Amino acid sequence: MLSRIAESLFWIGRYVERADGTARILDVHLERLNHLPMAEQRSVAQELLAVMGARAQNDDFGLPELLNALAYDKQSATSIAGSLGAARENARRARETVSSGLWESLNTTYYGLNQHRKDVVGTYRFCNWVLERTAMVSGLADTTVSHDESWLFLVLGRSLERADMTARMLSTRDVLSAGMSWVNMLRCAGAYESFLRTRRAAFGDQHAAEFLLLDRLFPRSIVYALRDADECLAKLDPSAQRVGFINDARRIVGQARTFLEFHRTDDLMSELPEHMERVQKAVSQASDAISRKYFNQADELAWVGEVS
Amino acid sequence: MSDLFQDYSEAAGRSGAYDEMFAPGQQARESYGQVAVALRELSLADVSARADSMARTFLDRGVTFDFAGEERPFPLDIVPRVIPAEEWSVLERGVAQRVRALEAFLNDVYDKMTVVSDGVIPRQLVTTSAHFHRQVHGFEPAGGVRVHISGIDVVRDAEGTFRVLEDNVRVPSGVSYVLENRRAMAKGLPEAFGQQLIRPVEEYPRRLLSALRKTAPSGVDDPTVVVLTPGVFNSAYFEHTLLAGLMGVELVEGRDLICRGNRVYMRTTAGEQRVDVIYKRIDDEFLDPLQFRADSMLGCPGLVNAARAGGVTIANAVGNGVADDKLVYSYVPDLIRYYLSEEPLIANVDTFRLEEKEAREHVLDRLDELVVKPVDGSGGKGLVIGPDASKDELDALRKRIIADPRGWIAQPVLQLSTVPTLSGDKFGPRHVDLRPFAVNDGEDVWVLPGGLTRVALKEGSLIVNSSQGGGSKDTWVLADSPQMPVEVIPRPAIAVRERVSVWPVESNWRDSQKEQQQQQISDAQEVPANA
Repeated sequence: MLSRIAESLFWIGRYVERADGTARILDVHLERLNHLPMAEQRSVAQELLAVMGARAQNDDFGLPELLNALAYDKQSATSIAGSLGAARENARRARETVSSGLWESLNTTYYGLNQHRKDVVGTYRFCNWVLERTAMVSGLADTTVSHDESWLFLVLGRSLERADMTARMLSTRDVLSAGMSWVNMLRCAGAYESFLRTRRAAFGDQHAAEFLLLDRLFPRSIVYALRDADECLAKLDPSAQRVGFINDARRIVGQARTFLEFHRTDDLMSELPEHMERVQKAVSQASDAISRKYFNQADELAWVGEVS
Repeated sequence: MSDLFQDYSEAAGRSGAYDEMFAPGQQARESYGQVAVALRELSLADVSARADSMARTFLDRGVTFDFAGEERPFPLDIVPRVIPAEEWSVLERGVAQRVRALEAFLNDVYDKMTVVSDGVIPRQLVTTSAHFHRQVHGFEPAGGVRVHISGIDVVRDAEGTFRVLEDNVRVPSGVSYVLENRRAMAKGLPEAFGQQLIRPVEEYPRRLLSALRKTAPSGVDDPTVVVLTPGVFNSAYFEHTLLAGLMGVELVEGRDLICRGNRVYMRTTAGEQRVDVIYKRIDDEFLDPLQFRADSMLGCPGLVNAARAGGVTIANAVGNGVADDKLVYSYVPDLIRYYLSEEPLIANVDTFRLEEKEAREHVLDRLDELVVKPVDGSGGKGLVIGPDASKDELDALRKRIIADPRGWIAQPVLQLSTVPTLSGDKFGPRHVDLRPFAVNDGEDVWVLPGGLTRVALKEGSLIVNSSQGGGSKDTWVLADSPQMPVEVIPRPAIAVRERVSVWPVESNWRDSQKEQQQQQISDAQEVPANA
């Protein structure tokens, strides 16, 4: 398939998952954020923005600005609206390859972005709506696109972004240290009930972090998401080697996963920031490696640009 | 105040009840300050939009109760009910005191009955109670607790004083709405939370689970807890699923359980698994066909024997109904003095015992001024409010009282306190009650801050039951001081991990170049066509 199309599909997967994760995080943290005194609200809003990978422009950055930056700002790739807009833009460029169901659901989502009140109350509904739409997009991608190369790229993007978003959910623990942070962490990932069923009476930060990081059966845990990504990469490049891997992306993803999976968990909480750093770095490196191997046009086009 | 409160003071004057939000003269009380400010900002359109959205969320989430075979959402009003810290501290201690007394009473009643031999309460009263079960006489339940979970209904009279209306120590329900209401309010009226410290309710399932585990039969290391539900048609089925889910335990029906050798097992895909603690959400009569109703399909034969042998803890214990008999209720202040040597912290509502001749004659003379209730009813069933009843109803009631004086009590009509409630296009005063929930783990009685506030949605109505047109309110208990040690741990600065390789939001350079060329081409093509 065309590299350009593959790249679009990869990014559809990433952007849709990013919108989904951001909506989850925003939904849960808005509840807490709302109850804080003004000054603290500001600093927490800025920290939350930092966790999501953006920097506040000035010190006046507070709750309304956070809503704009994470939900409604169409210019920013950090926001839900920006991500969904970008996903739709990518689908438009690959429209002949994706199923009409997938394209239409992304397009409808894009046009629905403006139909919400942009205050706190409206944002809750907005987040819910986004979760529904992203679930629909993933569902349609899984059921109306043949599970060939194109779908593999989409799932690859989705799994990598999912690992990244779960890492960010875990990082939000630092933001609100008071209160029941682990419940929030789990709620972000929609993992609360699953966690309770597996852990019975064992609660707490340590167990919750372990679950989101290492659980082998919960689909949003980092280990699970990285395993998904690994499987996609293996299917995309089935040439088996007796020794080692030529494919950089596979090496990076595999290393990150096994590092987590075989790590001792005694001291998980103090090591958590380092783990998160590692995961996020691995995701961005893997993404680069995938670009180089499969999409890679940027370098070659550089001199074409000069000539023309 | 906005127009939404326009006719409020007039309506409040009509009812003559104690209004919890406004002191006379439409002055918001201090505890309601934040709420008043938040409500003042709202317009009618805004309020209705939020109320609709909250109702839809409830329906979507399946927060319903079953009424006559139909799932209905439990209406949640948008105005919260606020209880200041000092009032709550009395309530909290009062409820815990009552639970301890009832616990002692039940232990005594199913044992030596010293309370009878000491003349505090007539033997006949205990033994004629419909829920006094001889089947569980003479043994202490495993874990030593009988009233694990209780809901003590309290109301405020015209002076604003809290009084206990009834005790529920069998299967008190409604706590699921407390949990769901708080979540819905945080999203529906976030402004009102403001800067005040409202005590959280979310720890209830964990408290409950730890209490249940603590009261497991001795010798069990890692007890297995289950919630026993009658099934999907029960009116509180939503609550059973929510609690089981939040505790992370299995929700079982009677047919999932087997008793063998005085132990209880559940059938699982991995074979039979021992059950140590059963949180029982079905009535005693249906629990065990060997002991109670033989035609019961809901229970499991052998449970009572297993409990007697100490092989399983049943929470709440079988036979608790004798303590929430409404005639026993009238003796609870005496029971508190007798067992705890304390004065009751919350008073009862004045109650006439109709078995006493004088009281009965007095009541029969003024039936039209009193509330008459059956002693073993719940959910407002069979209750007759004198001033609202027709003559025929009162005559029928009179006959029934004379036929069975043990079966009824009478109380004066209490003007329950009111809280503003959205009704149509404005706020009006509506009567409320309160059910605080207490969890007893054998050492300590923990009272959930707040509880379920039920509200009668019709103006002037005193019946708050959900099956009869009642709704609910989120109940906020304010913390007097920042009771949580607000930890000022210096937080590590959070590194901004910027996103990498974002494509193609700021449509990349290839696109922008192409865009121009593509447009040139299309322009060039269009020219000849138009020419």
